[in-house]
Parts: sequence; structure tokens; C-alpha cells
Amino acid sequence: MAKTTDAVRPHPPVSDNLVEIRDLSFAYADRLVLQGINMTARRGQLVAIMGNSGCGKTTLMRLIGGQLKPTLGKVIVDGQSVGELDFQALYRLRRRMGMLFQFGALFTDMSVFENVAFQLREHTDLPEEMIRDLVLMKLNAVGLRGAQDLMPSELSGGMARRVALARAIALDPMLVMYDEPFAGLDPISLGVAGDLIRRLTDTLGLTSLVVTHDVQESLKIVDYVYFISEGVIVAQGTPQEIRDSDLPYVHQFVHGEEDGPVPFHYPAPAYAEELGFGHA
Amino acid sequence: MSMKKTTLDLWVGVFVAAGLGALLFLALRVGSFSAFETAKTYTIQAAFENIGGLKVRAPVKSAGVVVGRVVDIRFDNTTYEAIVSMQLGSQYKFPTDTSAAIMTSGLLGEQYVALDAGGSDRMLSNGDTLRITQGAVVLENLIGKFLFNKAEEGGVGAQEEGSAP
Amino acid sequence: MLEHVAAILRRMGARVINSVWRLGLATRFFFLTLLYSGTCFRRPHLVIKEIFSAGVLSLIIILVSGLFVGMVLGLQGYETLQTYGSEEALGILVALSLVRELGPVVAALLFASRAGSAMTAEIGLMKATEQISALEMMAVDPIARVVAPRFWGGVISMPLLAALFSAMGIFGGYLVGVVLIGVDEGAFWSQMQAAVDFRDDILNGVIKSAVFGGVVTVIALYEGYDAPPTAEGVSRATTRTVVSSSLAILAWDFVLTSFMFRGAS
Repeated sequence: MAKTTDAVRPHPPVSDNLVEIRDLSFAYADRLVLQGINMTARRGQLVAIMGNSGCGKTTLMRLIGGQLKPTLGKVIVDGQSVGELDFQALYRLRRRMGMLFQFGALFTDMSVFENVAFQLREHTDLPEEMIRDLVLMKLNAVGLRGAQDLMPSELSGGMARRVALARAIALDPMLVMYDEPFAGLDPISLGVAGDLIRRLTDTLGLTSLVVTHDVQESLKIVDYVYFISEGVIVAQGTPQEIRDSDLPYVHQFVHGEEDGPVPFHYPAPAYAEELGFGHA
Repeated sequence: MSMKKTTLDLWVGVFVAAGLGALLFLALRVGSFSAFETAKTYTIQAAFENIGGLKVRAPVKSAGVVVGRVVDIRFDNTTYEAIVSMQLGSQYKFPTDTSAAIMTSGLLGEQYVALDAGGSDRMLSNGDTLRITQGAVVLENLIGKFLFNKAEEGGVGAQEEGSAP
Repeated sequence: MLEHVAAILRRMGARVINSVWRLGLATRFFFLTLLYSGTCFRRPHLVIKEIFSAGVLSLIIILVSGLFVGMVLGLQGYETLQTYGSEEALGILVALSLVRELGPVVAALLFASRAGSAMTAEIGLMKATEQISALEMMAVDPIARVVAPRFWGGVISMPLLAALFSAMGIFGGYLVGVVLIGVDEGAFWSQMQAAVDFRDDILNGVIKSAVFGGVVTVIALYEGYDAPPTAEGVSRATTRTVVSSSLAILAWDFVLTSFMFRGAS
């Protein structure tokens, strides 16, 4: 990649796709986690990646953020192949990404205000008043301007996640990734979080990737859905297409059925046999 | 720990000041400040028949005042004597016929070199060697002699004491 | 029978290989920390904050233990020296043993269990709650931002704590020896001053404690950074920090002492 500075980066004539994943495979040691993944997220789109627990969704996020390197294939963010960047370039790219971790991952030794101000202090030389204004703006956007002096330990789970969201958008990133933003929230917080993600994506012109297993909430807000099961994409489409899908896996997932392609039982020998009835 | 920045700074300041204070106390009150004793010194030597338990860094005293330190102890292969090098502060001047003796502070205390000034007009300078020396009193010899004398007391009466070993 | 022996040997071998592997990783971690220390010097406030949590918060335990160790030394030393009629040497005994050995070593052991374990737990929890990951994703290097300031905080705090420990101990020895028992005050101080050398004893003690501070913090930070992100993982890492840094302190003490005081006394 040609050397460019942050300030005078000429808008590269890259495609409309902010995130592009091509034939991506990833293995931890000898365990294949993701296999042959192809997906795209256009600029300004809100894309959901869904699947049951342990299907490799979080791994996919770490690959996009460059915390893991693909075993095969490419992850391209804003025209740059993430796995091939050096340390400097990767860190430069990450400044334009925000990530919301599952439980917020707020810095527990800093107040809400300092958490949101963190990146501004680390990466910019802005004067204190301007940092203050920016932080209050971001906190206002998530409705927690009044909580600026609280410590993370004093926040509820939903509030912590909103603060983390304010922190993730502090530097006005081009891409925000949400790791299970709906997990463990009560119905009200759930609705608030969903609306917030949709609204921020639209008003700030972000591209958002939501990794989740909460089908109902995400189908309400997203533009496009990818379904992952056991490391491969099994279905994709707009929310309406997904709702209407008659693929057994998607049907089971959307309607929350207990048994189906995803079995209720972990593989085991026959029940009767294990209880000793088999050899009567 | 939502402590104000200034309070935290104050505490760290107090801590660092106290720590440096403790170091200063150790340096000035507990130790002797040899590292900063850049004052000029000169080295003299003395040969002893026996140095007993004298160690490097033992004090060199005159009239009870510390005037220097032992810096080196060697064994001379030709005279079979111990050569002790002493570093004296150059503000302390001693005549060339000064004598050196190895003494013990207290009965079992540390051993040191005692200098006894002579009467010469010429003063010692760097590298000079003291002529008149008296080695350490070895306790075992002393006790041996004492018992020997006691045993003889009955027969011959008061014997003339031999010179110190 | 034979396979039992083989199994035992295999286990021993695996443990040795594992230890060597971890030692190598910790060494690499240490050099990375040094490499990424630039931020600390550009932003001293990061280090000041860590001096607070490593140094100031360990102050009470260091001062109190120092006082008691000194008082015990005064009492025991007096008992022993009195048998030989050289009570005046009490000052030497108390000061030398504190300044050379007990000050740096005991202060470092206390530091390991007070500040070191806290550091491991803190880093381990930061990892478990994805704060370390969050830092990386915010393009902030966790070694530079979280690890290095704690390392330097420990290296700076430790000599100051050891000096305070020794000073407090000498004061304790003075209290028991001079004030309580009645050893001659002049002899106590003057003999001490004659025997304790600034460079050989005090400065070497300071160097020792700075090394101990570095050793303890590197072990504590590495264990925290390496801990499995679970409650059990963090608690085991905390225990390991205290055990291995105590052993490391004593081992390093032997090595440093054999270099520093060779032929000096």
C-alpha cells in the first residue's frame, strides 16, 4: 500500500463496498472455525451476521478488526487487505473503526466521561474544551449525558453498553462493529439499543456490522442478513427474504424451534443403550 | 478509584519525598558518605608479621580518630609478611617515622590499624612504607603464654615477660 | 513398572519444557515492555498513577513491617551481642542487615504480595472483560498504555519503599536498643556510621531493590497478561505471581549479592 498520511488521504476510488470478505477461512491450531466465507457490507449499510452460539461470529469480527489473521482468503476494509497490513497501517485503519464489545469492556478505572474521551486523548491533541464538547455530544447521542461522572461499576448493563457505543463512535469511525449488542438486555433496553444502532448508522453515515443471535430484534433494524452455521454461510438476504425463507436451518432459527437441523441433543450414543436397556 | 488527579499527584509527591528522605537519612546518618568523599587521599604501606583478623575497609585511626581505611592486603612471598595498603585523607599528615599497630576495639570487636605519630620533620607521601609496625595480638598465643606463666609461677617466680608477639 | 517410570519422566520433561517456554515468553514480554516504554516518558502522568497504586498503597504495610522487623532485630541482636560484651555493635548489626539484605528483600516480598498480586488480578480482569482487546481495537497498544507504565511505576517505587523500610527498621532498632534497653546512643550511631558504607552497602541495596521491583512487576504483569480469562484463571495467576516472584526475588538476591559484596567484607 502506498504511504499516505491520515490528514491528506485522497479518497481512494475504491468500490462501494466498505467491507469485503473473499473466500475466507480461519483455523485455530487444527480446528477449522470459518470456511469459505464471502460477504460484503456496502457503505451506509447495517448488516447482521447471525448464527447460534459458537458458530464463529466473534472470530469473524476479530478477523475484520485485524486481531486475527486469516488462514486463507482476504478481508478487505476500505480497500485495504487487513491481514497483510503492518502494525502502523493496521493501527491507522483501526482508528477509523469502532467496536462495541459484548459487555461494553469499559475501562473500569475511569469515569464515563473519561472512557468516551479516551481515544480523543490518545489520538488527538485537541484542547480540553473541545474534547469536553465532543464527549458530551457523543454521550448525548446515546442519551447518557447525565451519567458522565458515574463510574462503570455504577451503570446497568444496558447503560454500560450505550456508554461503550458512545466511546466506539468518539472518533467518528467509518465502520462500527457490534458484538452481541442485545445479549442480556431487558425488553426496553433491547428496543433502545436496536433503535440507537439504526439511528446512528443513518445519521452518522456509518457502516454497521452486528453480530448477534437475537433474530427478532435484528430483523427489525438491519438491511441485510448473513446466516452462519458451523463456519459456513448457509443463508443470506434482506430481512423479508429471511422471514419468508423455507430453508430448514433459517426456519428453525427465526422461529426458535427446539429441534431441527440444529439438534437439541449433543451427539451421544443411543439413549436406551446408554441406560443399559439395549442388551436386555 | 475515582480519585482526583491533584490528590493523586499530592500523594505520589509525598511518597517520593518520603522515600528520598529515607535514602538521605541512610546516606548521611546511617552510612559514611564514601562515594562522595572525593577529597584527595594518599596511600601508604606497612608490613606486618601477623594481621590477625584485619579486613579490607577496616578503619585506620590515630588517637582514636578515623583518618583513613585499609584498601588492600597482600602476602609478600619473600619476607613472608602481610603488606597492608592504607588510604589516608590528605588533610592528615604523619611524620615518616610513624608506627603502625593492629588493635582490636573492645575485647572481640573489629580490628583496626592504629597510627602513632613519630617525631621526624619529613612527612609521609604517597607510596611510602612504614618501618615500625606491630602485628595483631593473637588471643590464643596470649592465653597460651598466660597459662605457661601461671604454671611456672610456683618454681621460678616472676619471670621477665617476652616482648609482644 | 517401566512405563510408570517413563510416565514420571515424561511428566517431569513436560514441566521443564513448559517452564522454559514460559520463561522465554516472559523474557520476550520484558523486552517488548522496554521497547514500548516511550509513551511513559512522553506522558509521565501515566507512570505517576501507577506509582500511586504500586507505591503509595503499599506504604502502610512497608512502614509497619519495617518498624517491627527493626525492633525484633534490636532485641535479638542485643541478646546475642550482650553475650560477647559488645552491645555497642548493635547499630552495625541492625543497619547492615537492613540496608544490605532485609530492606530490599523483605520490602520486595511484601511488594510482591501487596502490589504484584493486585497488578496480576487487574490485568487479568482487564483481559477477561475484553478491556485489553478494546484497547487494541482503539489502536492503542496495550503494552505501551497498560503494561509499561505499571512496570516503571514498580521500578521507581520499589527502591523508595525499600529505603523507607530500612529507615523505619533502623528507627525500630534504635527504639528497642537505645531507648528501651539503654545501649549507648553515641556508640550506636557512630559504630553504625563507621561500618556502613554509602556505595558498598546503601547504593547496592538501592540497585538490588530496583532490580527486585522490575522482576516482581514483570512477573506480575506477564502472569496477568497470560492468564486464561476466567475467574479461576485469574485467581491461579495471582497465586503464581506471589509464589514465583518470591522465589525470583531470593534467587536474584543471591546472584546480585555474590557480585556486589565479593571480597568487600
